[in-house]
Amino acid sequence: MSAKTPNLSANSQAFISVAATLAAVALWFAVYWRLEDFSARVVGWLPVQPDSRMAEAARFFVYDTPKVLMLLALVVFAMGIVRSFFSPERTRALLAGRREGVGNIAAATLGVFTPFCSCSAVPLFVGFVSAGVPLGVTFSFLISAPMVNEVALGLLFALVGWKVALVYLVFGMTIAIVCGWVIGRLHLEGWLEEWVRNVRAGEAVIMPDHSTVADRIGAGLEAVRDIVGKVWLWIIIGIGVGAVIHGYVPTDLLASIMGRGAWWSVPAVVLLGVPIYSNAAGIIPVVEALLSKGAALGTTLAFMMSVIALSLPEMVILRKVMTVRLVAVFAGVVAAGILAVGYLFNALFS
Amino acid sequence: MKSIKVLGPGCKRCEATADMVRAEAQKLGVAIDLEKVTDYAAIAGFGIASTPGIVIDGKVVHAGGLPKPEDVAKWLAA
Repeated sequence: MSAKTPNLSANSQAFISVAATLAAVALWFAVYWRLEDFSARVVGWLPVQPDSRMAEAARFFVYDTPKVLMLLALVVFAMGIVRSFFSPERTRALLAGRREGVGNIAAATLGVFTPFCSCSAVPLFVGFVSAGVPLGVTFSFLISAPMVNEVALGLLFALVGWKVALVYLVFGMTIAIVCGWVIGRLHLEGWLEEWVRNVRAGEAVIMPDHSTVADRIGAGLEAVRDIVGKVWLWIIIGIGVGAVIHGYVPTDLLASIMGRGAWWSVPAVVLLGVPIYSNAAGIIPVVEALLSKGAALGTTLAFMMSVIALSLPEMVILRKVMTVRLVAVFAGVVAAGILAVGYLFNALFS
Repeated sequence: MKSIKVLGPGCKRCEATADMVRAEAQKLGVAIDLEKVTDYAAIAGFGIASTPGIVIDGKVVHAGGLPKPEDVAKWLAA
């Protein structure tokens, strides 16, 4: 493709893909607005008493499953397009040699937009540290990238509402910024594995980006196929658990365990969240059900953040590049941050 | 003979990338010598921060995610 002469086929390709995308989004809205009627009708066909607990659970399940999957697909598609403008290599170039403070903020922000998969966590960590990104700044990225992602935000928005989604975004990033800064201040570079300290990075490469409009829309579709394909089962299980909570768990019980009055419930849910390894997709339908049954917002957010950000498999991956002591500091600092957010919200929203 | 290195710790996408390179090379009739680099330190030595990566005759041509087959063909033909 020559840059000088306007390329008609490339232009018409871009036009066709944009038009197709707009048509698909319009169709999406048309279906979405009819969803409630549709699910009410489906529940009406089921052989259950209209006002029974069973009907309550069934209504939740039949309405929420397509609603959540549709909203998730839309958010992931949009984010897939946004992410096609970012790459870990470009993010690294933006962060290399950055001062702490500003660097931590930039890293936590870029963590939201940079494509990241946990199988790439070790190459990313080593690539960042060896290219001169400070350790604390690297941690800010590493905390933010898995915790504040489009799946978590999209589902919170879909199920719980935009206010809680915004709170999660702001405080997820705050935890990433503050915890990364604290780890940086502790100067624990010596606690990395020796081979990591000895890596001499080659000249940092940045791939030139020749993506066309059609390529970026394709990247959005690919993200939908990839992520929705991976998490749909988690979502259905999560909505199933949520439906049971909706229909059967008494409000008083949950309010006494996870309500504001129980100060010990915040550390308890953070601990509980570590062995529970689920992605955002599975946990948010449960979160929604817990909130509707009187669980306190801070306690519920702490539970969710712990499940997503503190997981045993991730610690096993991190152990490859750092000593047990550093993994423990990382987990401890992040857990403290989550505790603080939990207590803060329980105190604020009373 | 082109010397090709696929950089990646051995995840599913890295395998798929190596298979794609082999398939495209066969289609084009390009002789290649394909090596998988799984050592993290060696991967970092190529200057990338995301995997899988592809190195052709010592030059990094791709980093992060599954490449497009037509791009692989372009790199092999160059």
